[in-house]
Amino acid sequence: MSESSGRNIEDLHLKSLTKKFGEVAAVDDLTLTIPAGSFFALLGASGCGKTTTLRMVAGLEDPTSGNIVIGDKDITHLRAFQRPVNTVFQSYALFPHLDIFENVAFGLRRRKVKDVDQKVNAMLELVELGPMARRKPSQLSGGQQQRVAVARALINEPDVLLLDEPLGALDLKLRRQMQIELKRIQVEVGTTFVHVTHDQEEAMTMADTVAVMNAGRIEQMGHPADIYELPQTVFVANFLGQSNLFAGSRTGQSGEVIMVDSHGMKFSVLSSRNSARSDEIIVGIRPEKIVVRDLVDRDNVPSGHNILEGRVTDVSYTGVSTQYVVETSWGQDVTVFEQNVIVGDRCEVGDQVILHWSPEHTFGLAGGETLLHKTAQVLAAGV
Amino acid sequence: MVALLPSTGVKPQVSPQKRSRTGYFLLLPGMTWLAIFFAIPFVTLFLTSLQAPVAGKSGQYVPAFQVSNYPDALIEYWPQFLKSFIYAGIATALALLIAYPLAYFIAFKAGRWRALMLVLVIAPSFASFLLRTYAWKTILADEGFITSFFNALHLLPDDRILNTSIAVIAGLTYNFLPFMILPLYAALEKVDPRLIEASNDLYASAFTTFRKVTWPLSLPGVVAGTLLTFIPATGDYINAELLGSTQDRMIGNVIQTNFIEFRDYPTASALSFVLMAVILVLVFTYIRRAGTEDLV
Repeated sequence: MSESSGRNIEDLHLKSLTKKFGEVAAVDDLTLTIPAGSFFALLGASGCGKTTTLRMVAGLEDPTSGNIVIGDKDITHLRAFQRPVNTVFQSYALFPHLDIFENVAFGLRRRKVKDVDQKVNAMLELVELGPMARRKPSQLSGGQQQRVAVARALINEPDVLLLDEPLGALDLKLRRQMQIELKRIQVEVGTTFVHVTHDQEEAMTMADTVAVMNAGRIEQMGHPADIYELPQTVFVANFLGQSNLFAGSRTGQSGEVIMVDSHGMKFSVLSSRNSARSDEIIVGIRPEKIVVRDLVDRDNVPSGHNILEGRVTDVSYTGVSTQYVVETSWGQDVTVFEQNVIVGDRCEVGDQVILHWSPEHTFGLAGGETLLHKTAQVLAAGV
Repeated sequence: MVALLPSTGVKPQVSPQKRSRTGYFLLLPGMTWLAIFFAIPFVTLFLTSLQAPVAGKSGQYVPAFQVSNYPDALIEYWPQFLKSFIYAGIATALALLIAYPLAYFIAFKAGRWRALMLVLVIAPSFASFLLRTYAWKTILADEGFITSFFNALHLLPDDRILNTSIAVIAGLTYNFLPFMILPLYAALEKVDPRLIEASNDLYASAFTTFRKVTWPLSLPGVVAGTLLTFIPATGDYINAELLGSTQDRMIGNVIQTNFIEFRDYPTASALSFVLMAVILVLVFTYIRRAGTEDLV
């Protein structure tokens, strides 16, 4: 694939892209730039519009309005077979009547490209399927079929490679392996990959940029670590990893620090880490950022930390970490992950404990109690 | 099923011998049926085809080993043989041309009308074969609409359709059309629409996609449909009898006349046997050539 390095890869722009099925907008006014050569993940629960977005880019679905542009070329009204875009389908969609070699050669033959043999062999080498060239798809394992699907799309050197839940049908171990494999191939060929998935771990391990989609819109987009550390909506905070969220209201500010009252507790949120515009603020903290201590350790809490008291209702030891569920005085469950580095006794069910965490890890989100309940319901139904 | 197994998880012990015997018992009804209605008639037919006539007594034959019945029958009736295969071949090709687009439409485009359209395909079969062919006699009649239409365009060599080979082929095409449509539909309906999307995604236009994906995947249906049309059409005699002239007699008519009118049982049996053999050879070559054995 040496010739691909000299190729001019260009950005993919979606401009006010909208797709309506009847009255329902599956994709709602989506504007997005996917940088050339990036590994981009569209992450969302089923029915959030991520697959519809992908199908519109592939040309398998017509947008109701909006444009799809690669570089400065508008491809919105090109037919699927005229677009410089290829897809790895969820079910692979390998041609059962053709062998592996002919499956991979399919796109080249349609475009009357020269040196088909050499290119197909090189591509089969890349996905480590050289000896399988004359087998039929049905004679291959799921992981091998998956690699054929990647090879069949990638050999055409598309400007953008679309992957529609490509690892969904594989078992956990194979999925891990293929995540690394796909990432390796992407780095090697340098093509823009747009990866649709509902698996947040998969999105975070593979992608440079993750866009979290919900109800046809993008909730938040950025580097996986940035989104994780500083989620900007309740949906993102819950969908990407777990969060403990406390609805409250702003009581004051001193310098950088905003004070929030929730259920009578005082929390500090840094103004740089607060995305709420009004006085209604949801205070959030990731479970692994919380320190859990015996009540007697209250004096050792670093000053400025947010503090919460509660009673341990569940302890589960998972090897790497211990997960606690702590019930607050107003009955909310708080999840805490603690790395198993402590020597000696751990907290037990029934213990009164003190939880504390740094404002540096705390984030503020827009919304109140009702939004928390609504999002919880959506997530419970959708995932 | 789970509940039926003993809770210990030990499967009931069935000796391999006992299991294989059960298999034979299951075969028994089918084998009996085949023996009575196929094997015995088949042997009888073969023996009849070698019988010799009793001198001076027409319609009476004695068991013999007169192999010459075969070349004699062939020499006398080879034109009708040839005609049967040509008529059936043309009818099969026409049926394929008509049935493929129709089956394609029902499988991919009919949506909620699919079930209704399939019923409409089968519906004519509720009337008897003979009756439907009689109806064609009226449709293609000399003073009928179709004949006058084509005559106005001066398209008919004999100025008529009825009692010509055109009518026989039209009748064969019509009568065996459902046998073409149904297997084609079954094959096309199985074609995964995602494969068509994948083909579009890989730079194949709609036409190329049809040529390279849909058509090859529908080949099992094409093979089944052409066989189900060609085989009965070759042996058919009702269409030639009702719609054709004496010039359009097919091998089925010859066999029928030899049996019923001439009472020349050995010749009729020999012709039946040759017909069977030729069709078998043709079918095997065809399936081998089509190479659809390993298609899913």
